[in-house]
Amino acid sequence: MKLEQFKVDVPQAALDDLHERLARARFPEQIPDAAWDYGTELEYLRDFVAYWRDEYDWRATEQRLNNFEQLTTEIDGANVHFIHARSPEPDALPIVLTHGWPGSVVEFLDCIGPLSDPVAHGGDAADAFHVVVPSLPGYAFSGPTRERGWHPGRVGKAWAELMAGLGYSRYVAQGGDWGSFVTTQLALADPDHCAGVHVNMLAPIPMTEDHTPEEDDCLAGMASYNEHDSGYFKEQSTKPQTIGYALDDSPVGLAAWIVEKFRTWSDCEGDVERSFTKDQLIDNLMLYWLTTTAHSAARMYYEFDKGLKGGSLDLFSKLTQPVGYARYPKEIMRTSRRWAEAQHQISHFADMPRGGHFAAFEVPDLFIPDVREWARTRR
Amino acid sequence: MANLEVVPFRIEVRDAILNDLHERLDRTRFPNQIEGIEWGQGAELQFLSELVGYWRAKYDWRATEARLNAFDQVLTEIDGQRIHAIHARSPEPDALPLLLVHGWPGSVMEFLDVIGPLTDPVVHGGEARDAFHVIAPSLPGFAWSGPTHELGWHPRRIAGAFHQLMGALGYERYGAQGGDWGSVITSNVADLHADAVVGLHLNFVVVSRPKGDDVPPLTAEEEAGLAALSEWRASGAGYQEIQGTKPQTLGYALEDSPVGLCAWIVEKFDAWGDGSLAINKTFTFDRLLDNITTYWVTGTATSSARIYWEMRQARRDAIPQARVEVPTGVANYPAEVTKMPRAWVEHRYNVTHWVDQARGGHFAAMEVPDLFVPDVRTFFRTVR
Repeated sequence: MKLEQFKVDVPQAALDDLHERLARARFPEQIPDAAWDYGTELEYLRDFVAYWRDEYDWRATEQRLNNFEQLTTEIDGANVHFIHARSPEPDALPIVLTHGWPGSVVEFLDCIGPLSDPVAHGGDAADAFHVVVPSLPGYAFSGPTRERGWHPGRVGKAWAELMAGLGYSRYVAQGGDWGSFVTTQLALADPDHCAGVHVNMLAPIPMTEDHTPEEDDCLAGMASYNEHDSGYFKEQSTKPQTIGYALDDSPVGLAAWIVEKFRTWSDCEGDVERSFTKDQLIDNLMLYWLTTTAHSAARMYYEFDKGLKGGSLDLFSKLTQPVGYARYPKEIMRTSRRWAEAQHQISHFADMPRGGHFAAFEVPDLFIPDVREWARTRR
Repeated sequence: MANLEVVPFRIEVRDAILNDLHERLDRTRFPNQIEGIEWGQGAELQFLSELVGYWRAKYDWRATEARLNAFDQVLTEIDGQRIHAIHARSPEPDALPLLLVHGWPGSVMEFLDVIGPLTDPVVHGGEARDAFHVIAPSLPGFAWSGPTHELGWHPRRIAGAFHQLMGALGYERYGAQGGDWGSVITSNVADLHADAVVGLHLNFVVVSRPKGDDVPPLTAEEEAGLAALSEWRASGAGYQEIQGTKPQTLGYALEDSPVGLCAWIVEKFDAWGDGSLAINKTFTFDRLLDNITTYWVTGTATSSARIYWEMRQARRDAIPQARVEVPTGVANYPAEVTKMPRAWVEHRYNVTHWVDQARGGHFAAMEVPDLFVPDVRTFFRTVR
C-alpha cells in the first residue's frame, strides 16, 4: 500500500471566497414564532453565520489537525485520507474509528489523545490504542468518489485493506451512524484480523413477538424519525446530485442542512450549543465546505439503498466477533438489550447517562472510558 | 365578504438583484459527478453547467418581464396574504372567466403561451365563442404572492382566497383549471363554491382507491400506471419528504445559491416532461429560466416549499370532503407520473370529459400548449 503524508493546507483564496459568500448570504424570511418547526431557525442561523465570518479561526483547526500524522492512500480506486495516531505504548491495541453523516474525523479530535496516550491523560497504559481515523470515501479530505458503489460494505472491505496496509494484524473497530454500518461490515469482511467491534448506534429490529415498553419506545422513536426527520435521507438516497449543487455552492445552505441534525440528534434540549460549541460545529462544516464534498457525502445514502436492493450489501449475516454496544439516551436509532443480543453476540452493553448520536464529539468524557472498558475484554 | 382593494401591478425587478444574480453565477462552485451516471442521481452536471452558462451570459430577464407586463396584473391582500394575479381580459363580451392555477415548481410563467389563445381565440385561429377572461394567480408563498407570513396556507385555504379574488374582480360564475397543486386547489374551489364554478378541468388528479367491493377491476394499463407511480414515490419523491418536513432547512441553500435552485427545479422538468431535457429539448433554456428566475428574484423557494408542510399538517382537511359534483374534464398527458384509474376518479368527481392526450407531461400548458388550449376549449364548450 502506497502511503503519502498529508497536511491540511487550505489556500487563502478559498477562505476569502468563503468569507465573501458568508457576507452576501441571502436569507429567506421565516414564519414568525415558527422556531425550529419548519427546520433550521432563522435567527440562530444568522448569528451562527455572523460568527463563522467574523470570529471563527480556521487556521487554529488546521493546526490542530496537522498536529496528528495524516496520510492518504488509494484503496479500490478511491482516495482515502486518515489520521494515524500511534501510541507511545508498545502493547497498544489498534482501533479504527469511523464517522458518519453529517460528521467527519473532527468528531474524534478530543478522543484521539486520551485513547492513544492514556498515561498523559490521567489513564492507564494498559488502555492504549493505536488510533486510525479515516475520512469515508466521498467525505472531506478523502475527496469526492468518482465511481458508483461506495456503500458501507465496500468501505468495510477498504478498511480491512487499510489496517493490513498499516501492518495491523489484530485490531478492533468503533463507529456510529454510517460508521456503525462500516464497522460491522468490516467485522464481516475481515474476521481473521478484526477482533471485535463497538457501536453506538443499532437499529431496533423486532426480534421477539412481544415488545417491552422500552422496545415500544425505541420503535416509536424510529417511527417519529421516519415521519418527521428523515426527509434528508429520502432526498440523499434518491437524488444526491440535485441537492449537492446547492450545498456545495452555499455555505449558509450547508450550515442549515447540517447544523439542524446536530441539534435534533444531540442531548441538547433544543439548544445545540449546550452540546457543541459554534467552533466545533463550524470545524465540521469546514471539512465539507473546503473540500466541496457535500454532494459526494450524500451519495452514501444512494449507494446504501442500491446496495441493499441489489444484494451487494449484506446487513443480516451474523458476525463471528463479539459486539460492544453503548446506548446513548438521545440516539434515535436505539434497540433493547435482548434484541441486540438476538442479532449479535453482545459482550458489552452500556446504558449511557448523557449524550446522543455524535457521542465521541458530544460526550468524550463518557465515550472514552466506555470504549476503554469494552476493549479490555478484546485485548 | 369585505371589499378587497385590488391594485394594478407591474413586475420591475431591481438591477441590483439581477447584478447580484450574475455575480453569484460567476462564482458558482460545481460538484463532481459519477462517471456515466447521467441523470441517475439527480440534475446532470453537463446539462446544468450549460444552463447556468446560458443564464449568466445570454438569458434576458427584461424580455420576459416585458412579456409578462404585457398582461394586466393585479395585487391584493386576502386573509392577510399578498396575492398577485395575471388578469387578462378577453375582447369578446361573452368570454367565460377562467381561473388558471399552477403548482410546484411552476409559476404563472407556465401559462405565458396559452393566455393569448385563450383570451383572444379569433386572432389565434380560433372561434370567438371559445374566449376566456384568464385569471392566473400566483399561489400564496410563490413568486409575487410570496412569502407567506403565517401558518395554515394549505390548498383549501388557498381555494377560499382564490374564490374571493374572483369575486373582487367581478366574476361570480367562472371555470377553473389546474395541474399539480393547482388541481388540488381548483378541486377545492369547485367543492366549496359549486354554485360559482361552472366546470373544472384538471390535467393532474390524485384520488385514493374507493372503498367497497363495487370497484371495477383494473385494466393492465391502469395497473402499470399505478406501479409506475409507486416506483416514482420510492425513487423520485425525496423533495416532498424534505419540503413536507423541513422546508426551512432546505430553503437557506435554495435562497442563497442560484445553481442550487436551478438544479432543484430543473430536475423536475426533466423527470416530468415527455422526454428528457437534454435530448428531446422538451423545454427551451429560456422557458426553464423564466420560471427559475421567477423563484430567484422573488426569493420564494422557501415559502413555496411550505405548501408541502401545510398539506401534511392539514391532511384530509385540505381536500374536498365529498364528491365534486361540478362537471369535470380530465386530460391525461402520457408523461404525467400520476395516472389514476378512471373509475377511481369518477368516484370522487363528476367526470364529463376524459381525454388521453398524444404528447406532453406534467407541465402541459407550458410543454404542449397546442394540445392544452383546444382541449380546454372543448371541455368548457360543454358547460358555458
